[in-house]
Amino acid sequence: MSKRPITVSVDRLLRKRDAPAPRKLPADERSCPKCQTHWTSDEMRRNMRVCASCGHHFPAGARERLDQLSGGAPWVELWPELRASDPLQFVDLEPYPDRVEKAEAAGSNEALVVAEIPIGGHDCIAAIMDFSFLGGSMGSVVGEKLARACDRCVERNLPLVVITASGGARMQEGVIALMQMAKTVVAFDLMYDAELPVIVVLVHPTTGGVWASFASLGDVTYAEPGALIAFSGPRVIEQTTREKLPPEFGRAETQLANGQVDDVVDRRELPARIGKVLGILDRPSGMDPAPAVTMARAGAERAANAARTLPDLSRRVVSKVLRSDEKGGR
Amino acid sequence: MSVAARRGGQFVRRLAHRLGGSPETGSAIWETIQLARHQDRPYPLDYISRLFPDFEELHGDRLYGDDPAIVAGIGRGADGPMVVIGHQKGRDTAERTYRNFGMPGPEGYRKAMRVMALAEKMDLPVITLIDTPGAFPGSGAEERGQGGAIARSMQTMLRLRVPSIAVVIGEGSSGGALALGVTDRVMMLENSTYSVISPEGGAAILWRDAAKAKDAATAFQPTAANCYRWGIADVVVPEPAGGAHRDHDEAARLLGGYISRAMRELQALSPADRRRQRRDRYRRIGAYREVAVADPTAMASGVDPASTANGAGPAA
Repeated sequence: MSKRPITVSVDRLLRKRDAPAPRKLPADERSCPKCQTHWTSDEMRRNMRVCASCGHHFPAGARERLDQLSGGAPWVELWPELRASDPLQFVDLEPYPDRVEKAEAAGSNEALVVAEIPIGGHDCIAAIMDFSFLGGSMGSVVGEKLARACDRCVERNLPLVVITASGGARMQEGVIALMQMAKTVVAFDLMYDAELPVIVVLVHPTTGGVWASFASLGDVTYAEPGALIAFSGPRVIEQTTREKLPPEFGRAETQLANGQVDDVVDRRELPARIGKVLGILDRPSGMDPAPAVTMARAGAERAANAARTLPDLSRRVVSKVLRSDEKGGR
Repeated sequence: MSVAARRGGQFVRRLAHRLGGSPETGSAIWETIQLARHQDRPYPLDYISRLFPDFEELHGDRLYGDDPAIVAGIGRGADGPMVVIGHQKGRDTAERTYRNFGMPGPEGYRKAMRVMALAEKMDLPVITLIDTPGAFPGSGAEERGQGGAIARSMQTMLRLRVPSIAVVIGEGSSGGALALGVTDRVMMLENSTYSVISPEGGAAILWRDAAKAKDAATAFQPTAANCYRWGIADVVVPEPAGGAHRDHDEAARLLGGYISRAMRELQALSPADRRRQRRDRYRRIGAYREVAVADPTAMASGVDPASTANGAGPAA
């Protein structure tokens, strides 16, 4: 099955000894972990949190990404009032509500932010995951927000742009979190029936139940450079199968070669690429249902008027034809 | 409760006890997990041989290979011809290895999809039997699109015109289980479990120690009674006294009765109605709060699980 050699368990010990020390967080979050270049926060913002010297993609928050996508144009967040509850009264090393509270205090209100936003001049609904909120894990709020986002797209005839960054289903919501996978597939199914485009951008990391549900179901799927995209992460695979995985395992570039994504796109080019696809797939008519309805009504009236005049015309034509036939017959 | 109540007798008392008031203790949950994984517990082929005297197993995904962790085929039983798909574990070491411990790769899910397409063509109902610790974590499976295969299997099931029933017969863990579980009706055997991840996997992630599996199981509360309460399972199917492993014939007979009844209900609906109800079923699942945005710090405590799960309404 695998092209890679399976090592015996003794090798794991050797590997542990020889493995490079785990990457330490840079002293300053604005120092590039790859090339050590330091950037001012203003440079970071202008470069969309991409290292201008080596192209390393730093993590970016959902709201910052919305600013990047809209190019500074205003956007409106939808349903920020939806918050996690604790259906299982879950306690692991820490009670779940405490974890949520801490994550909320850190600035984000959930692992998914939905907004109505123009990208490259095209109105759309954007659903952006935030890895900093409990590992971007998908619980009930993520499922509900994404479902509502798709409902809104159908209602307003808008395309959907999704950026994923998630460790998978939110363990603390147990089987209810698992079911959000199915819920998001239902949501995307509505987009399918409404013939509305869905663009998915996979950013580091997109794993587990998110990759195994809506993240895999985009019409066009891009990945950011270096993003880990996998159902099972490398650590789980190495523990379960004792395979030794190469560093490029599951990375965006590998997944492009595996045929799992359409392209690897630099974050700085994303707004233009998304805008281009929206331009190709977008319906020119339907940004707002109101004009569409008005146009449809006006169209219906024109058709009705035409229909009223039509019978006379056709009768005349028919009679003409008949007459000419009669003539020809004689 | 209504379906269970119709069975009468001992089972109702057992289930009522489990559903009533106090949550199950950690050791009761752990016992259920042991029963769900009992090596003598009936697997899909054990049910199939009893419920479908004529069964033809089909192999291969027509793309890459055949995955023995999923069995799929066509069979004729008491309710006419059907398509049956299930996770198959093994009983002895050789068979376990052959079946990959019931952990499918993308080929397994693609085989399932291929057989579902046959169900659509021939207008046959689909029965899935779920029993897996999860989809296989391996680099080969990842290269061939494990995530996409699971996602597309769910999508395929969601779009089926034919009636579909999923039965969790053992352990249903992670997306590997749900990939076969997006159906009109979801049943769980009395001693089966359904969870976001196996207790061991959850312990490794949350406690950073796989040995804390029992703690994880207590926290996940993955039993049939809880899943029924949360609206994840529509029906809890009784097992023979002591568990399904004690009497395969009786376990199959009981399950067969429940499948027949549900199938009659589903066949009374139009394909469009079934599909709409199936969508609504999953669209509703979730437990969340709506807060006043001006006060984002409010985090309610002690939310009643029964009232919030299954979208019965967000808690105040």
